[in-house]
Amino acid sequence: MPKVIVPLGPQHPALKEPGNFTLMLEGEEIVDAALRLGYNHRGIEKAAESRNFIQAMYLIERVCGICSHAHATCYVTNVENICGLELPRRAQAIRVITGELERIHSHLLWLGVAAHEIGFDTLFMYSWRDREYIMDALETLSGNRVHYSINTIGGVRRDIGKEQIEDILKKLDLVESRTNYYIKLATQEPTLHARTMGVGKLPKEEALKRDACGPLLRASGVARDVRKDDPYLLYGELDFKVITSDACDVFGRVYVRVFEILESVKILRQVLNNMPQGPVSVKMPPKVPAGESVTRYEAPRGEDIHYVKTDGGVNPSRVKLRAPTLANFESVAYMLKGDQLADAPLIIAAIDPCFSCTDRMAVVDKLSGQSQIETFKDLRLKSIEHYKRKGIDFSKL
Amino acid sequence: MKIILCQLFDILIYPGLLFLFAAGLTADWVDRKLYARMQNRQGPRWFQPLADFVKLVSKETITPKAVDSPLFKVLPYIAIAAVASCIMMIPLQNMDALLSFQGDLIVIAYMLTIPTMCLFLIGWYSSSPYAAVGSMRVLTQFFAYEVPLLLALLGPAVIAGSWSVGDIAFYYNAKPVMTAVNIAGLLVALIALQGKLERVPFDIPHAETEIVGGVFTEYSGKLYAFIKLAMSMEMIVVAALFSAVFLGGSLGLSGVLGFLVFIGKLFAIIFISALIRSLMARVRIEQMINFCWRVLTPAAMAQLIISIIVRAVYG
Amino acid sequence: MAKPLAALREVFKNLFTAPSTAGYPHAKACPDAGYRARIKYTPQLCVGCQLCVKNCPANAITITLLNPQDKPITGEDGKVTPPVRKFECKIDLTRCIFCAQCVDSCFKKALCSSQEFELASADKAALTDVTKAG
Repeated sequence: MPKVIVPLGPQHPALKEPGNFTLMLEGEEIVDAALRLGYNHRGIEKAAESRNFIQAMYLIERVCGICSHAHATCYVTNVENICGLELPRRAQAIRVITGELERIHSHLLWLGVAAHEIGFDTLFMYSWRDREYIMDALETLSGNRVHYSINTIGGVRRDIGKEQIEDILKKLDLVESRTNYYIKLATQEPTLHARTMGVGKLPKEEALKRDACGPLLRASGVARDVRKDDPYLLYGELDFKVITSDACDVFGRVYVRVFEILESVKILRQVLNNMPQGPVSVKMPPKVPAGESVTRYEAPRGEDIHYVKTDGGVNPSRVKLRAPTLANFESVAYMLKGDQLADAPLIIAAIDPCFSCTDRMAVVDKLSGQSQIETFKDLRLKSIEHYKRKGIDFSKL
Repeated sequence: MKIILCQLFDILIYPGLLFLFAAGLTADWVDRKLYARMQNRQGPRWFQPLADFVKLVSKETITPKAVDSPLFKVLPYIAIAAVASCIMMIPLQNMDALLSFQGDLIVIAYMLTIPTMCLFLIGWYSSSPYAAVGSMRVLTQFFAYEVPLLLALLGPAVIAGSWSVGDIAFYYNAKPVMTAVNIAGLLVALIALQGKLERVPFDIPHAETEIVGGVFTEYSGKLYAFIKLAMSMEMIVVAALFSAVFLGGSLGLSGVLGFLVFIGKLFAIIFISALIRSLMARVRIEQMINFCWRVLTPAAMAQLIISIIVRAVYG
Repeated sequence: MAKPLAALREVFKNLFTAPSTAGYPHAKACPDAGYRARIKYTPQLCVGCQLCVKNCPANAITITLLNPQDKPITGEDGKVTPPVRKFECKIDLTRCIFCAQCVDSCFKKALCSSQEFELASADKAALTDVTKAG
């Protein structure tokens, strides 16, 4: 059979953002896949260097339209660390609330997108309808449906009222019952099984080798979640499970995400029912001292890592961010090979890709000619040291 | 002179092109509206399919440079002609079709494969990778659903002992009990219809998240409007065929009452089709073929055998 | 475990319930009272500190003093009163990202956000809010 090359993207109905997957087909089977990124490079890191700390926060928030709170919180935490600010507990709670609401809406959105990719538009419409409850809750909480802008350096910008808490709790009940319905539907509908089970296999070893993160990694049976491994905000005190699945396929990813919605509901109930009292922000110092900081944050799509370096000036001197999608792209080409063309959109969608978050530019300094190779071992030792300073010991792993 | 005028009326107005045009667009709207309401959406207003058609017709038609066959521009009209010819052989508001002869059932069944062939050729001549994959899928899928569909249509013909659609409808009117024998056949035919009309779960040839527009990828403007129209018309024709073959046509009524019965049956078939569409995910091509050969065809065979036995015992 | 047509009941139920989509723009959309949209400026309260301009992530605000030539007035009793300074605020709606950071930055509450969100216009002049004192 002749080999056909089918370009999936940069513009393609299956992709919501530009990215290119060149698929080599033999009949319907994908024998080879190549990945090309960079269609959506916006130069956000560089732009952040020419803005002051508050302006940069709003810029970083716009890295992603879905996990905007994740990026903003990650950046703001870095700046707070550099300033040495102690965040009030009520502010931490409000950040957790926004973050978990964001996770629910992101996972419901993903469920709809995945259903649309396999032509199950009814599920798509239902899950997006139910997502509206969360969007409304976020609107009353923060003043916007997408870019919540609830963070400020040293806390949050808006307090949460009693009525809002009751309103959110009521909406959570609705979302919980609907999520249970989707779990029922996903376990029963045979066409859904036929399209998701055994598709896009990513065994545990491959997932670890390719540094997958987030729900993709958890669906390959690795219980890794920043909220548990390296707790930030209030997560250390909250009771929740890390959902994993040993299915290693798209069905496992559906399973992980849908059950994570229920876990998020559980977290939200705990926080909303025991809101700490007190102020919601502390004053930001007039001058940010020189320093650097790295923060990890469990975004809906996986581990989000931000690095901020300051030199005591009005602007950050370097902002580096690694969106979770970049880590997950490594696995896509592996998962595509050997599957059918019909599965390609679903496999790509199953990592919940966010292209514009991902596209970065690397500058290689050719002039100095200096290069230094850090082996995996060195990096590992360095990271263990880093966590030891924070009081977490990973050396036994 | 009068005969010619009558024939022109038949061809151009009722039950010919104008009726099919109006009915096709209405069926399109009913389908979209039902689909939307099942998904808790509002759905389009009644004139939306017409507005879509008018808009598409008024748009520029772009022919890709790589297309070198005149067939690219002709195929949509061939599809419409084939579909519109079929309606002449199917009884609508009364018990007789305009053209009725022994074996018209087989002729209709084959005429209805012409639009599918047109889709295949459209994809083939479009010279686009998406259209090429789409046209391969059209053909693969065609071999899967056509057999059970044809076998299902044979059941009523065996029971009625006639190859004529009109006779079959007449027979069922005389013996309405016999309709029950072919219920399974009707179900098989309705499922195969989803493949013929390329609707979920068998909309594989133009699965937009995989291969963009499938065979239609390179089509635009007027040509796209007409090929879409042919698909809508096909819906009406096949629904009318099912109503005559499986459900006893107009139940012996004629005129306005007969027309209402006919419309009611069309609506029921469109409703079931919309329901199937909203309940399932699109399957993969090999799953579709497995399903058609392992489930639908044996079911249609069993139905055929039952029909033969019933015919032998009670006929 | 597999049950064909698992969504049948839900689909039928939805067929007979009112659609959850709204007929916008025929039906009005009402955002929440805390929604951040068009920024309103009160020139009487402004002191011209330019904090909002400095912190605006989109550089959408410009505030200019209209009467820099006004001299302080010396009263008959020798008391010097500074002139009433008049400000003009231009907010470029094509640049504004509606984050309302300016509202937070302003300690005189001269800026506040409203719930007007239907700001699209084909007229370019309508996309710049100019508010002048007096």
